[in-house]
Amino acid sequence: MAREIPKSGLERQIEENLRKVYQKTVEEDVPDRFAELLKQLKEQDDSK
Amino acid sequence: MSGDEEPSPLDPRDEIVGHLPAMRAFALSLTRNGSAADDLVQDTIVKAWKNIDKFAAGTNMRAWLFTILRNTFYSDRRKSKREVADVDGKMAATLSQKPDHDGRMAMADFEVAFAELTSEQREALMLVGAMGFSYEEAAETCAVAIGTIKSRVNRGRLRLVELLELDEEDELELTDKSTMAVLNSTLSSKRHMA
Repeated sequence: MAREIPKSGLERQIEENLRKVYQKTVEEDVPDRFAELLKQLKEQDDSK
Repeated sequence: MSGDEEPSPLDPRDEIVGHLPAMRAFALSLTRNGSAADDLVQDTIVKAWKNIDKFAAGTNMRAWLFTILRNTFYSDRRKSKREVADVDGKMAATLSQKPDHDGRMAMADFEVAFAELTSEQREALMLVGAMGFSYEEAAETCAVAIGTIKSRVNRGRLRLVELLELDEEDELELTDKSTMAVLNSTLSSKRHMA
């Protein structure tokens, strides 16, 4: 098993970049298709 | 765990929408392709909706959704192995640049390097490094032991360091003897074992 590596400058840089990669997508507008899908699913349930 | 005694007045399905941005980001880290990521999120939503009775109220819905999402991803991937191999080749071809002169990682290079990792390393790093999941939560989400997640995070980091050629003098912490030993064992072992 790999050893735990103490937080180094490199590790901080890696985490910073990981967060940026994540943040970039999170900040995008969610495409409309998902709101429509959720609406459809709800309507299907209501009509049962 | 708290929360068992207080049923939410809300339909848990109404909470799905709030997790969509994180689901898209997690899906993108797995698929490395925007439209494939959104298709994966769509499939996840449908499965979550139909299986909402299996969600335990008061528990971590994001982790539950992520579990469905990654299970769907791996199940889809098993069905289309050849396609994935092609994508890997394309990614490798675009990785050319050395780090900036000051040793800082350029964002574009980082993304290319990140895409080179195994999907297991990508998801572990994304959950723990970017989203702040504890090792325990990440282990539960991926249905593996905590030690496995730690190992994937460490191997993923070491691989990033290697791909980005981050061995500048001011970053000696990661190039000491014991770390190099781990790095070497990582390189000589199979990429898919982590």
